[in-house]
Amino acid sequence: MRKLDFLLAILLGLGIWQVLVVITGAPHFILPSPWRVAKAAYFSRALIAENALVTITEVVLGLLLGTLLGMATALQLTLFKTAERLMLPILVFTQAVPVFALAPLLTLWFGYGMGSKVVMAVLIIYFPVTSAFHDGLTRIDRGYLDLAKTMGGARMQILRHIRIPAALPSLGSGLKLAAVYAPIGAVIGEWVGASKGLGYLMLLANGRAKTDLMFACLIALACLTVILHSLVGLLAKRLTAYAQGETRSGP
Amino acid sequence: MNQPPEITFSGHFMLEGRELFDACFVMPSARWTCLLGPSGVGKSTVLRLLLGLETGGVFMGNISSSDGQPVAGRISYMAQSDLLLPWLSVTDNLMIGASLRGETGDQKRAVTLLERVGLGAHGHKKPGALSGGMRQRAALARTLMEDRPIVLLDEPFSALDAGTRADMQELAAELLSDKTVLLVTHDPAEASRLGDQILVMGKTGMDVWPAPQMPAIRAVDAPETLDCQSKLLAHLRALAA
Repeated sequence: MRKLDFLLAILLGLGIWQVLVVITGAPHFILPSPWRVAKAAYFSRALIAENALVTITEVVLGLLLGTLLGMATALQLTLFKTAERLMLPILVFTQAVPVFALAPLLTLWFGYGMGSKVVMAVLIIYFPVTSAFHDGLTRIDRGYLDLAKTMGGARMQILRHIRIPAALPSLGSGLKLAAVYAPIGAVIGEWVGASKGLGYLMLLANGRAKTDLMFACLIALACLTVILHSLVGLLAKRLTAYAQGETRSGP
Repeated sequence: MNQPPEITFSGHFMLEGRELFDACFVMPSARWTCLLGPSGVGKSTVLRLLLGLETGGVFMGNISSSDGQPVAGRISYMAQSDLLLPWLSVTDNLMIGASLRGETGDQKRAVTLLERVGLGAHGHKKPGALSGGMRQRAALARTLMEDRPIVLLDEPFSALDAGTRADMQELAAELLSDKTVLLVTHDPAEASRLGDQILVMGKTGMDVWPAPQMPAIRAVDAPETLDCQSKLLAHLRALAA
């Protein structure tokens, strides 16, 4: 039933798109029809795949590095109260700087290759991951901490056995946000300066009035993001199920 | 096991510049002391002070034990919420104290204790798969696992249904008979059943309430229990008014 809904939604979207093309009578280099875009996607499939692979690599690397960095920061903020007091305002301030505005600078520092795009993705997901995990680590039922203290628990052990497992659902929500943001970071990095990647290809196609190819790239990018989001969503579900003590075979 | 120590608590507690309570009492060795009183008089604060936990106020006084050893580190604690970690099996929950101290838990002892509280067949389950009463029994087993001479109970049975609560009171009385116990409760019936000593905390201070003559644990329907319970209830209502 849900698969059918999904299919219907896609058909509806395509229908509206086609109707718009017919009503406006726009030339194909302004608004190509779905069929034109499908043809462009088919003929340029190798080109799109090659560039998509670059973008995927950037996004996945960015996600991994950003997650590790964000988790490490959150753990450190939780362990050291002074770090929390000093770092938290700085972290919030850095969020006030639009990351997109940094893209040219990052290209200057890390070059036209993958490096600057990975850094861009890392920067864009670092805060959501840090903030979500830190929230989970600190917003914990005081009763658990009291009990742990009366048992003579050491700070590191409390972190390991109580805080981290209890924070896994929050980390999952942070990761789901990160999965949506990371591709944005990578593509913006590619727009500013790159020789490969979906963002680069979109810019190239746009410049040559190959609007149908640009639409094909856009759809490929959206599909990638949706797939990534679902995969990370599955992981988040597993993390939550673990923290709630649900076994997969259980009810 | 050695005779558990007698604990003496005396002093006053200031919260935001105002005195919350001034109390002095003794918890006799290997006996149950029940602490009652209206909400907000500081029963939980007494408990937290004994446990050495953060209270947000200033305590001026003394907490000492009859054997001269420090009290901190010799108390185990059981709260109203079972505080079982949902991601650990019941057996692993019993051994959490050892894990938190960086030691290896004694699995054999955990299994024995689970059998004593009637959860022998449930050790591998996650807490979420147990009923409220079973979870409190697991929490009691975890308290015993710590094997400390002093046990503080903060309304541990108040969320249970009446039948389960009576069962839990009997089980706890049996298993904690060789410990110095302080039970904070709202329930005059519970104090009348379990208390070797009953303390009532009011806004003016702390008084000893005469506990029934017959030894604890007393039958729910024993005339002495019922008599103590009704008089205690009337006293508490007068205090709260």
